[in-house]
Amino acid sequence: MFEIFGIPSQALFGQLLLGLINGSFYAILSLGLAVIFGLLNIINFTHGAQYMLGAFVAWMLLTYFGIGYWWALILAPVLVAVTGVILERLLISRLYQLDHLYGLLLTFGVALIVQGVLRNHYGISGMPYSIPEELSGAMNLGFMFLPVYRGWVVVASLVVCLGTWFVIEKTRLGAYLRAATENPALVGAFGINVPRMITLTYGFGVALAAFAGVLAAPIYSVNPNMGADLIIVVFAVVVIGGMGSILGAIATGFGLGLVEGLTKVFYPEASSVVIFVIMAIVLLVKPAGLFGRAS
Amino acid sequence: MAEASLHEKTAASKDGPLLNVRGLEAWYGDSQVLHGIDFDVKPGEVVTLLGRNGAGKTTTLKAIMGIMAKRKGSVQFQGKELINLAARHVARHGIAFCPEERGIFSSLSVKENLLLPPQIMPGGMSVEQIFELFPNLKERLGSQGTRLSGGEQQMLALGRIMRTGAKFLLLDEPSEGLAPVIIQQIGRTISRLKQDGFTIVLVEQNFHFASKVADRHFVVEHGKVIDMIPNDQLDSSIDKLHAYLGV
Repeated sequence: MFEIFGIPSQALFGQLLLGLINGSFYAILSLGLAVIFGLLNIINFTHGAQYMLGAFVAWMLLTYFGIGYWWALILAPVLVAVTGVILERLLISRLYQLDHLYGLLLTFGVALIVQGVLRNHYGISGMPYSIPEELSGAMNLGFMFLPVYRGWVVVASLVVCLGTWFVIEKTRLGAYLRAATENPALVGAFGINVPRMITLTYGFGVALAAFAGVLAAPIYSVNPNMGADLIIVVFAVVVIGGMGSILGAIATGFGLGLVEGLTKVFYPEASSVVIFVIMAIVLLVKPAGLFGRAS
Repeated sequence: MAEASLHEKTAASKDGPLLNVRGLEAWYGDSQVLHGIDFDVKPGEVVTLLGRNGAGKTTTLKAIMGIMAKRKGSVQFQGKELINLAARHVARHGIAFCPEERGIFSSLSVKENLLLPPQIMPGGMSVEQIFELFPNLKERLGSQGTRLSGGEQQMLALGRIMRTGAKFLLLDEPSEGLAPVIIQQIGRTISRLKQDGFTIVLVEQNFHFASKVADRHFVVEHGKVIDMIPNDQLDSSIDKLHAYLGV
């Protein structure tokens, strides 16, 4: 064992890994928020609840149907996305003509309802969800022990984030999405079905949140408040990165996770507020966010 | 008086108009901008909508295209009523729209902008043909769309709708803000499109440009069409037209 700045390397790398894990969740969640905000122009306050639903659906699939982690990783995002699509068609779509604030209030209300119902049913003590066998155990990396599941979370979220970035920035489908984000009326005048695109985009953003929820289930216990706790930090991450920038959301998510981890090592007292301090500074210096374009 | 002669003229053109607009009204919020637009366009024709700023020319194009949320009246294309259709369904009938501000997407490359509008029907120009028409575009394919010059953006805006197979084009001030040499190139393009059988409705402020490409001119004032002047009578009507346009 060696020391860096007087900190044992095990502690340092351990906290950096934790930071990277948190960063993975920040990245997927803020990416989903950015995608939704870009096209729908609403701040999706249900995002945390949808993340929690992802974890819950995974737990229910296992508990009631005996369907394991790997299937849950696909099924839970799809199922939660379907609820998102219904929510968008039934309620959110009625608010596009109104001020952004209405969308925010609606999604916030829906989040409270979903969390309340599940709290009523399952309580808040949390239910365990065990790590799948294939991903249990730890690897010795020489300088630290890496729990396999945590490594998997980082890799899986990186792959999903970069895959999403690729689809949006490099494919034809993504070009439609970017164009509709800029000028939906004109894209519609080209014969493209923009309302359907909006619905599917919302569904996709929700699926990202649910995917993060499934990844989180074995790490944190599955409980109705898990999203509400996390989403506040994620909104700060989005503000820092700037709304609407895909790569910005990903980079800021991982970066701030690491910053949080480092703060835990060097000045633990500040670790729970460091992101908000950064947010305040960024708002003062660059109100549109680090990667945002001022409008 | 002008109105009476207009009705005679429009009534006379009965050999099946491609587009027939009757009593078209449209609103921005609560304020009514179009108060009953009447005009028609025959197959293969180029017509212009002339008029002062705020007369309702751009709104007319948007109302035909289905972009205006609140509209009334009748827009018949190939005999089919379009007034209640959303823009995407209007487009699927083979009508393409090139907006005044050109509508080049800044988050898309030139190539992505060019390939964005889906092909509505067969018979559209190939990308190679568009490059033949606008060689500048070929050299700038990787650039961000809005990095192009104004003229190149106009070429891109025109080129991308020629790909779609739509044979009926609504062009909003394609000459606006461009250098004379570019305006000439746009003018040649419109003439070429006419030769190829396109039908075009052109909104123009540049009267000189309009007179070179159009068959008929409709004068729009206060949200109504108040006169129609065939291009060959333009010289004899020049005083009247100047009075309309206030030039």
